[in-house]
Amino acid sequence: MVKGNGVAAAMAERSWPRSLTEVPYWVFQDEDVYEAEQANIFHGPFWSYLCLEAELAEPGDFCATFIGEQPVLVTRDHDGEVYAFENRCAHRGALIAMEHYGHAREFTCVYHAWTYNLQGDLTGVAFEKGINGKGGMPESFCKAAHSPRRLRLANVHGLIFGSLDNDVPDIEEYLGQEVLDRIERVLGGRKPVVLGRFTQTLPNNWKLYVENVKDSYHASILHLFFTTFGLNRLSQKGGIIVSESGAHHVSWSAIDREAEADRYYKEQNIRSESEYQLEDPSLVDSFSEVGDDITLQILSVAPGFVLQQIQNSIAVRQILPTGVDRTNLNWTYLGFEDDTEEQRLIRMKQSNLVGPAGYVSMEDGAIGGFVQRGIAGASTEFATVQMGGDQAVSSESRVTEASIRSFWKVYREAMGFSIEEAA
Amino acid sequence: MDALNLISRAQGHYVRAIDDGPIEDWPEFFTDNAFYKVTTADNHRRGLPAGIIWANNKAMLKDRVSALKEANIYEPHAYRHLLGQPAILEESESGATSETSFVVLRVTGNGPTDVFASGRYLDRYVFVDGKTLIDERIVVCDSSRTDTLLVLPL
Repeated sequence: MVKGNGVAAAMAERSWPRSLTEVPYWVFQDEDVYEAEQANIFHGPFWSYLCLEAELAEPGDFCATFIGEQPVLVTRDHDGEVYAFENRCAHRGALIAMEHYGHAREFTCVYHAWTYNLQGDLTGVAFEKGINGKGGMPESFCKAAHSPRRLRLANVHGLIFGSLDNDVPDIEEYLGQEVLDRIERVLGGRKPVVLGRFTQTLPNNWKLYVENVKDSYHASILHLFFTTFGLNRLSQKGGIIVSESGAHHVSWSAIDREAEADRYYKEQNIRSESEYQLEDPSLVDSFSEVGDDITLQILSVAPGFVLQQIQNSIAVRQILPTGVDRTNLNWTYLGFEDDTEEQRLIRMKQSNLVGPAGYVSMEDGAIGGFVQRGIAGASTEFATVQMGGDQAVSSESRVTEASIRSFWKVYREAMGFSIEEAA
Repeated sequence: MDALNLISRAQGHYVRAIDDGPIEDWPEFFTDNAFYKVTTADNHRRGLPAGIIWANNKAMLKDRVSALKEANIYEPHAYRHLLGQPAILEESESGATSETSFVVLRVTGNGPTDVFASGRYLDRYVFVDGKTLIDERIVVCDSSRTDTLLVLPL
């Protein structure tokens, strides 16, 4: 999709409140907005997560993934480099590769056998010269001019990001130092091993899941598991980092034995004082992940990437819109090459915390759908995100919606909505 | 009784516990050190060890039940399991391995009946004291996608 003036003009007709504390519900419902997001966000100056470098270990390994709805092929060639290009045959538009992960010497489109090398160059056209001197492609046909569009690529501690927009800033500038440091904290100098991949289909707009990830306020309220076992209380030592651009965030907490955790929850009468006990408490036994006290770090990179450390459950999540109210959430659970057998066992046990059946994440799969259904008929109304004020900045408190506000700040600018003062 | 009969009878009761309850009976179909995992055909084929649910003892299965009863928040829903005939792969006096196809239909809230999952149970049973218990069940779902969430076990 190209950034047409028509799309830009249509979005400029939609007005968005100046205050970051109001989010209009139509943004989760409007088909035209969804279409414009594909152009302005996913094909725009953003870096999207594609796959792990570890998933492309050998030359010929490939991953067929997406940026928004755009199919993308990521490969490793025999020169050792990673390449990415649109997964769409230059001839008639069929997918070049259909398997999600695989190994190939080259790619041949099944429709008419046009062939591409691992860097995405068109190398062969079936019956290019015709048969017996008849038919075939015109003399003027130049294969080099008919290759799928290549992507800009970046590798951040083994995370492969791609962009369809040549004007995207360098990844270091895009992420900012604080976010880079927090990615390095989990992945730096370690070789990840894929332990499993699962896809959850969410009955809601993709941005409701993005909000949920950036929303540290809900975590210990919606997810009883967190509070009951002291995995994450808002009263724990921790904070929210909002990247300088506002697009990305990190929410973290650390073991802090001096925190008066219980008192705050009793005062708020939140159901954290359950009698609930695990019959097998080894589920929450853990080891120091990288030698520090941080037991939870949720990191998001706009538009749709999450790196998660929940105790010793490490995963990356890829948020892919498939419609205005449908989203695919891809989970990749990770261990590391130098994990001991005991550490690997802890990771497996703690994988029960996350994913479609996760004790602390199963609710996230459904809550977006509750919002999507709840706002039906309310397209002229607004969500309120005032917790922790009206700013979009880092904070030592996690009782704030600052990182949600910062996401909307970046989003509404990228979409080109008109910003309006409250009436 | 032969393995096919023992396993068929046990599976009939197993799905009844999940579909019609009480769900507390579900862990009782397993040995104390049972392994239970829900995964996908793709993960299984690739030998990736993680699961959507992963448990290496019966206590973890009991925790699943108490969590869904007391801790987790979800819209009320119900399953209907339809099982194929178990294929007995190996059998002896003390146990058997088998493979059984399943389809699980789900009704969420007052919604329609949806196909939620299809797949196969890869099972190892032990026959002890007149009981047929699951010592290992790997639930291999055909699709890599899980709709919304998985609360009740498969």
